[in-house]
Amino acid sequence: MSMISIKNVSKWYGEFQVLTDCTTDVSKGEVVVVCGPSGSGKSTLIKTVNALEPFQKGEIFVDGVSVGDAKTDLPKLRARIGMVFQNFELFPHLSITENLTIAQQRVLGRSQDEAMQKGMHYLDRVGLKAQANKFPGQLSGGQQQRVAIARALAMDPIAMLFDEPTSALDPEMVNEVLDVMVELAHEGMTMMCVTHEMGFARKVANRVIFMDRGHIVEDCAKEEFFGNPEARSERAKQFLSKILQH
Amino acid sequence: MNYNWDWNVFFKSTGIGSEIYLDWFVSGLGWTIAVALVAWSVALLIGSLLGVMRTLPNKTLASIATAYVELFRNVPLLVQLFVWYFLVPDLLPEHAQIWFKQELSPTSSAYISVVICLALFTAARVCEQVRTGIQALPKGQSAAAMAVGFNQMQMYRHVLLPQAFRIIIPPLTSEFLNIFKNSSVASLIGLMELLAQTKQTAEFTANMFEAFTLATIIYFVLNMSLMGVMGWVERKVRVPGMMGGGK
Amino acid sequence: MDFTQIVPSLPNLWEGMLLTLKLLLLAVGGGVALGTILALLRLSSSPLLSGLAKAYVNYFRSIPLLLVITWFYLAVPMLLNWITGEFVAIGAFTSCLVAFMMFEAAYYCEIVRAGIQSISSGQLNAAYALGMSYGQAMRLIILPQAFRKMMPLLLQQSIILFQDTSLVYAVGLMDFLNMARSKGDIIGLPHEFLIFAGAVYFVISFGASTLVKRLQKRLAV
Repeated sequence: MSMISIKNVSKWYGEFQVLTDCTTDVSKGEVVVVCGPSGSGKSTLIKTVNALEPFQKGEIFVDGVSVGDAKTDLPKLRARIGMVFQNFELFPHLSITENLTIAQQRVLGRSQDEAMQKGMHYLDRVGLKAQANKFPGQLSGGQQQRVAIARALAMDPIAMLFDEPTSALDPEMVNEVLDVMVELAHEGMTMMCVTHEMGFARKVANRVIFMDRGHIVEDCAKEEFFGNPEARSERAKQFLSKILQH
Repeated sequence: MNYNWDWNVFFKSTGIGSEIYLDWFVSGLGWTIAVALVAWSVALLIGSLLGVMRTLPNKTLASIATAYVELFRNVPLLVQLFVWYFLVPDLLPEHAQIWFKQELSPTSSAYISVVICLALFTAARVCEQVRTGIQALPKGQSAAAMAVGFNQMQMYRHVLLPQAFRIIIPPLTSEFLNIFKNSSVASLIGLMELLAQTKQTAEFTANMFEAFTLATIIYFVLNMSLMGVMGWVERKVRVPGMMGGGK
Repeated sequence: MDFTQIVPSLPNLWEGMLLTLKLLLLAVGGGVALGTILALLRLSSSPLLSGLAKAYVNYFRSIPLLLVITWFYLAVPMLLNWITGEFVAIGAFTSCLVAFMMFEAAYYCEIVRAGIQSISSGQLNAAYALGMSYGQAMRLIILPQAFRKMMPLLLQQSIILFQDTSLVYAVGLMDFLNMARSKGDIIGLPHEFLIFAGAVYFVISFGASTLVKRLQKRLAV
């Protein structure tokens, strides 16, 4: 059963085409890693899934709901999809607790007790229960990103989108965030991750998508992507050789 | 030189009842504060609304707000005051005209005019600060607000405005101080606020230097106290680890 | 509303506008000059000079312009009388000009100070290294760069001053607004004249600030 279904999506910024005829599916419980050089459109593609980026052609369905349909209640749809951003985007004026509960209360209409319980549960899961009363600016980048993941999970999402969740982090903090993501993948969360962390892809991805200049160039099982390098496109080979050197 | 310095002048009787000249200053200061505070509340409300409008994707609403700002920023305050005091009342329906011109005391009609004038004048400035504050926030904040399922209203209320207002407290403070200073134009339409009382004292007593010195001191102290209040507000709403708002 | 009646009064209104512009130009010139001196004092290493300049700026920034205009109108002739010992008749124009210059200098000072501070200290060191004196370094190296940078802000402040010149109404000086008011009253069309005056102020201010914004963009490149 397909949870996220992207069909022939194209997008332009004025004259400039950022996405060209992109098609892919993410099944329930599947972990898909999207990679590619910068400017390849991978972040734009993932943001079309929860309509943070509008697109001009094609269709996207999330759990059967059309994202591009003008009649779709976008806030409601977005509330069901968790998203983690490159720059964390916690709300800096709210405490960690408030960050975790505000959308649960205001969007899902949960009671404060329920929101609090849920929020604390996930904060505990990402190992930061002790920081509940602090403000985002008082946490390290890695801690902020773990809170951001907890914030998304507290909404009980049907799928999670990760937009380069570790690329703004200092190297020593990357693993604490990846560990949370790996655990999440093992639990069967449906995940679409834009990331350069090929170790993460090898460990938990079911499929790898490689994008270049707005096209989906490769879309294959992880074993095929990493196990059979000769069959990869020229661009993907170049990209992989650069990434894997690091 | 034939000027008679007399710093006791403020404690002398004005000749009206048991009033001393100091009473005039107290009452003048009262009017200055009454004009400024009411006008400021309205300006903050309208200005914030306009500031939000200028950041909306809706082009019509944004350009209405832009037109407002340009109009109210490019016409002198005094012209605006005359418009509200002399012109607009004549455009009112007849019974409202009679009410404004005859039934209201001259003080009340001047007060209403100057409050409307300063509120709308200052709203244009507040609008620009609010807009700047919102636009200074990292773009990811609105994306994150949308991603957790907030609608536009919730996004502004819970995410954008609380941050924007924290950033713009210093420029808002100076607008807040300006409205007190600008309220002195009320003296030109006969409202006996601080400047008008000062002039009157100077004329009645011929102790012009003392009168203006006292007025200056009052404005200066007022300014300092307001700055103190705003500084207190700024500290009160300061968020640990959030320096100047942005990332 | 009958705006055609304004036409015969245009020469008078023009006279008023000339007074407004004359006041504006002299006040900007004097205000910027005094403001620059104040800025240099504020940045001087002497705590006394910098303290005095700071007190001047804080003082004028915390009182209303209208108060300064009113006070100077009454005080300047009297002060001159004390100083010279004889009665000197000075008009409302001169006292207003002095009031504007001294008041605006406080605002220009802050702009100039920020402008000077925005020039890297390396520039001053380089000028000293070439053997320049403090005066030369300021005049030839720092101030020209600073003024270039702060030109948009100085002009914006001057547009505000242009609007504020209308406050001379308080002392009965026949500037553009006062001329329009009195003509309107005489002819019996106060509203038309007021709207016309407002429109003229708007066109000039709006046009000027549009130009300043364009200049700002060009300087930013």
